[in-house]
Amino acid sequence: MSLTVKEIEQIAILARLELSNKEKRKYAEEISVVLDYVKVLNEVNTDDVTETCQVTGLEDVVREDVVVGCDEETKEKLIGAFPEKKRDLLKVKGVFDVV
Amino acid sequence: MPLLNELTIKQAREGLDAKEFSSVELTMACLDRIKKRNKKINAFITVTEELALQEAEKADKQIKQKKQTILTGIPFSIKDAICVKDVRSTGSAKILDNYIAPYESTVITKIREQGAVLLGKNNCDAFGHGASNENSMYGPVKNPHDEKRVAGGSSGGSAAAVADHQCIFSIAEDTGGSIRQPASFCGIVGLRPSYGRNSRFGIMPMASSLDTVGPMGKTVEDVAILESIMAGKDEKDATTVFDKVTNYLKKKKETLQSGGQARNKKQKLRVGVPKEYFEKEGLDVEVRSIIEENIEKLKGLNVEIVEVSLPHTKYAIPVYYIIVPSEDSSNLGRLDGIRYGVQAKHKNLYEAYSKSRAQGFPEEVKRRIMIGTYALSAGYYDAYYKKAQKVRTLIKQDFEEVFGLVDVLITPTSPFPAFKIGEKKDDVLAMYLADVFVAPASLAGLPAISVPAGKTKSGLPVGLQMIGPRMGEQIVFNLASILEDQNT
Repeated sequence: MSLTVKEIEQIAILARLELSNKEKRKYAEEISVVLDYVKVLNEVNTDDVTETCQVTGLEDVVREDVVVGCDEETKEKLIGAFPEKKRDLLKVKGVFDVV
Repeated sequence: MPLLNELTIKQAREGLDAKEFSSVELTMACLDRIKKRNKKINAFITVTEELALQEAEKADKQIKQKKQTILTGIPFSIKDAICVKDVRSTGSAKILDNYIAPYESTVITKIREQGAVLLGKNNCDAFGHGASNENSMYGPVKNPHDEKRVAGGSSGGSAAAVADHQCIFSIAEDTGGSIRQPASFCGIVGLRPSYGRNSRFGIMPMASSLDTVGPMGKTVEDVAILESIMAGKDEKDATTVFDKVTNYLKKKKETLQSGGQARNKKQKLRVGVPKEYFEKEGLDVEVRSIIEENIEKLKGLNVEIVEVSLPHTKYAIPVYYIIVPSEDSSNLGRLDGIRYGVQAKHKNLYEAYSKSRAQGFPEEVKRRIMIGTYALSAGYYDAYYKKAQKVRTLIKQDFEEVFGLVDVLITPTSPFPAFKIGEKKDDVLAMYLADVFVAPASLAGLPAISVPAGKTKSGLPVGLQMIGPRMGEQIVFNLASILEDQNT
């Protein structure tokens, strides 16, 4: 299994990760090695096996759907952590800008 | 008489209660040690000196009024991938370099409610990605037993801080071995609890179906004390299970006679030795012989040793390195430089994401995001993630079958002692294989402890891993404590 630099570029766009040309070549090589290595799983017959998504055996853990308030101090800290803001609002560049 | 910072939790409690020393003195001893050693060992990213001294003074007042609880006045540290309210929590990645958590992990609140004094946050592999602590953006942690060697990972800073007596204990996180492997490399005790016993709320998530948070300390008893405080159901983590144990070591005396709880009480305790772990190419000769000597010691205590087989062991690392990067890549989506953390200069929204992540993540984090994004993408999900989850079922079933025959499993924690800094850094697969003995129990959600088993001729610690059945911490702690008595 060998990934091309082009495929790496596509994955990087999906992952919202800017890579340098050097990184693209490096990851193409390294990720191919990892994908080759995990191929060993194909020798295991899993025809009648169900997937393990979690190990606790818990089912349908529910709670009341209630709105819990946030104290003023925490609110200020959360807003204070915004990299860019306008008054109390989070400021971001236009959502519909094309890549 | 050991120095104050060298004490265990139990010794510190006795000394504080007997007024032999104050919490301020004990805390100062740890802070002095950190100041003296941090440039070399690099175990701390943030030291909360002022807060620590305030908390120590408060603890001394409580002790004076005889209002102390189990950890009152005892200084500790926390892996930086765990959030502590109003304290910088970077996860060892620059994208969170300026992040002050506005909330706190449930287990940390529990530990602090018992009066423990926070010294600071420990270096680790960024977001827990790694087995050597070389994937930290704040530099590698050095092993206190040999500074040219790694402390292990991902909780390398916590392990080194405990081993180097910069704190009395530390709280860390174990997804695929991140507590046990560094505990083994640094010669201390570390527990990965059963998945679901401790709340994961407030832990920076890595692989949600595997992440656990657990204690690291100088003795089995200390770690058992901490686990009894940390455990329990939390409404903020829907995967937690109710199973409160107030004293994990209560039945220590009966352990060797009862043979565990499942079988006839007259039977001996049965310890399984999985042959796959000892057939492994690359198992260091000295590590093997130290573990075998420990097994002999248990035989001498009238424990029955049984060879068992876990046939799917060899698939654990391939399964782990599909499931973990997949869940990683999804979890790390929240780190985008928009709501908190460090935002890179950008011209549009796409760049805000892609440049913040490019600059704020180290190489291994990027690698995992790439592998995970690929494995979860349309057309590949079934072949990779789903297939890995199916093989995970078989690994889990192997353990379930074996625990019908034995009470505890014993294996080496790591195939080798601490390796040299840089030795494996450029070989991705070799680094992944460092988790070969710790990943299987993680995939099955089982409790496992690493305890010091001895040292190599060159003085490097070797850890022994005990794995218990699900929610079987009690038997693991008891047998680990019995073995510890033999080794001290």
